[in-house]
Amino acid sequence: MTADAAIEVDGLHKAYGSFEAVRGVSLRVERGEIFAFLGPNGAGKTTTVEILEGFRKRSAGEVRVLGIDPEHGDRDWRARIGIVLQEGKAQPELTVRETLELWSAYYPRSRPVAETIELVGLAEKADERVARLSGGQRRRLDVGLALVGNPELVFLDEPTTGFDPVARRAAWEVIGGLRDLGATVFLTTHYLDEAQELADRVAIIKGGLIVAEGAPQELAGPGAQETEIAFVPPPGVPLGELPAGPAAVLGHDGRARLRTSAPTRLLAELCGWAAAAGIELERLEVRRPSLEDIYLDIVGEPPAGTGAEAQAPPAGAASSRRRRRRR
Amino acid sequence: MSTLLVQLRSDLKVFVRNPAALFFTAILPVIFLCLFVSIFGNERDETMGNVRVATLQVPAFIALAVVSAAFVGLAMGLVSLREDGVLKRIRGTPAPSWIVFGGRIGTAIVSATIVTAILVAIGAAGFGVEVPTSTLPGFFVTLALGAFAFSALGIAYTRAIGSEDAAPAMTNAVVLPLYFISGVFVPVSRLPDGLRHVADVLPVKPFVDALTVAFDPRTTGAGFAAGDLAILAAWGVVGLLVAMRSFGWTPRRQAG
Repeated sequence: MTADAAIEVDGLHKAYGSFEAVRGVSLRVERGEIFAFLGPNGAGKTTTVEILEGFRKRSAGEVRVLGIDPEHGDRDWRARIGIVLQEGKAQPELTVRETLELWSAYYPRSRPVAETIELVGLAEKADERVARLSGGQRRRLDVGLALVGNPELVFLDEPTTGFDPVARRAAWEVIGGLRDLGATVFLTTHYLDEAQELADRVAIIKGGLIVAEGAPQELAGPGAQETEIAFVPPPGVPLGELPAGPAAVLGHDGRARLRTSAPTRLLAELCGWAAAAGIELERLEVRRPSLEDIYLDIVGEPPAGTGAEAQAPPAGAASSRRRRRRR
Repeated sequence: MSTLLVQLRSDLKVFVRNPAALFFTAILPVIFLCLFVSIFGNERDETMGNVRVATLQVPAFIALAVVSAAFVGLAMGLVSLREDGVLKRIRGTPAPSWIVFGGRIGTAIVSATIVTAILVAIGAAGFGVEVPTSTLPGFFVTLALGAFAFSALGIAYTRAIGSEDAAPAMTNAVVLPLYFISGVFVPVSRLPDGLRHVADVLPVKPFVDALTVAFDPRTTGAGFAAGDLAILAAWGVVGLLVAMRSFGWTPRRQAG
C-alpha cells in the first residue's frame, strides 16, 4: 500500500454472525477525487462506509484512511475527516449558526463559521432554529457540519435523499465545489445521475463484492459503451429489413432499438435508407447509455430508492418524526 | 476547556428553549413549594422542634429539583440525542466523549443552582424560612455530591431506555415513587418500616435527609450528614461505573 491515497481497502470482510455483509472488497480512492459508491440496499454499502469512518470493526482485511487504520483512529485523525451520516439530526433548539459554532469548537483547524454557512448556501437561514428548516436546508446544514472542521476527506452518505430537484442541483454545486477546495469526497448515493454528475470514479457493490469500478463514462465491459439508436419502425417494414447493422430489438415503447459502437456510420446508413424510401423515422433518438443503464445491466434491478418512493422518506422515519412533534 | 464552555453555553440554550425541561426542572419545584405551604399551612411545629413547615419543605424540593435536572434531564436528554443520531455524529468528530457529559452535567448544575436560589428566596421572603449560615459548607457539598450522583445515575440509566418515546415514562417510573418514599411529598414517619428501610438505601432519601440536616436551623457544626453522604456517594460511583461500561452512542433502533 502506498501512502498517498486517501482511502485504501484490501480484501475487506465483515460478517454479522453467519451473514457475510462484505466479502472481500478492495478499492482505492486518490486524494482530491470525488468517488461514488453505489449499490442496492443490503449490498454492504453502509457497512463498508461505517468501517471506513471508524464506526464499525471489520472481520478481516486491510483498511487505511488517510494512512491510518480507522479502528485506531485518534482525535488527530478524526480532525482530518468530515462525515455526513445517512440519518443524523442536529439539535432542533439551536440555530444554524449556533450549531456550526459548537461544531467548529470540536475541531482544531476549523473553517470560519460564516464561510461555512456561505459555502452551503444557508446565509439567509443562519439565525433560524434547526427545527424551522426544511428538509433540504437541514441536509445542507449536515454538509456544513461535515465541512466546518476543514477536512481533507469527506464522507457523504446519501446527502441528497429526499431533496427536490432544485435543492439537489444546489447540493451538487456544493459537493462539486469541494473538489476546488482540495478535499477528497467519498459519496454513497441512490441517485445514479448524481454519481454521473459528480464523480470522477464510481464503484458498484453487490452482494458484498465490488462488481464494477471506473469512471462513470467507461464503466463495465463491452456493450455498455455502445450507443443506442431508437425510432418507431416504419409501418410495413419488418425489423429484419432495416439497414444492415446489429439486429434491431423492439422495445417496450414500440420503438426499434439498435445498439452500435459505430453510431455515425449506422446513422448515416439508416437516414440514407429512410430518405431514399421517403420514410420519416418517428421519435428518432440517439443516446449514450447513462450510468443508470450501466448500473441496471450490472445489478439487474434498479437501486432501491430510485423513482417515486425515493422522494418520500421511509415510512418509519415519517412516523417517528410525527411522534416527536407530538411530544 | 474552551470547548467545554462552548458546549455548556450551547446546552444551556437548548435547555432554556425546551419548554418541557424548563417546566419540570425549574418551574414545577417552585409551584410545589407554594402549593404545599398553602395546603398544609406553615405552622411552627412543636413536635419538629418549633421549626416552620416550609423550612423543612424547602430542602425536599431542592432535592426534587436536583434529581429532576440531573437524573431526569440527563437520561431523557441523552436518549434523545442518541436516538436522533447526534451522539453518533459527535463520535465522528475529534471532540472527546467527556465533553458531551460535561456540558449536560454543567447544565444540570447551573439550572439546579438557580432553582435552589429561587426556592430559598421564596421560602425566606414569603414563608419565613430561616436560611442557614454555619451549615452552608455542608449544604453546598451535599448539593454538589447530589448533582454528581444523580447525573452519573442518569447517564447509566440511558442503557435501559430503548427509545425516545419510552424515556419520559421510564424515568418518571423511577423518580416518582422515590419522591414519595423519600420524604419529598410525604413525611417519612408516615411510611411503614419496610418501605422506610428500602428508601434508606436508595439514593433519594439520603439526599433529602442530608439536605434537610444542612438546612435545619437546629443543626450545629458545618452541616455534614456523613452517613447519608456516604450512601449518596456510593450510588454515584455505581452510576459512574455502569455509565462507563455500558453507555451507547448509536441509535438503539439502528442495527449494530
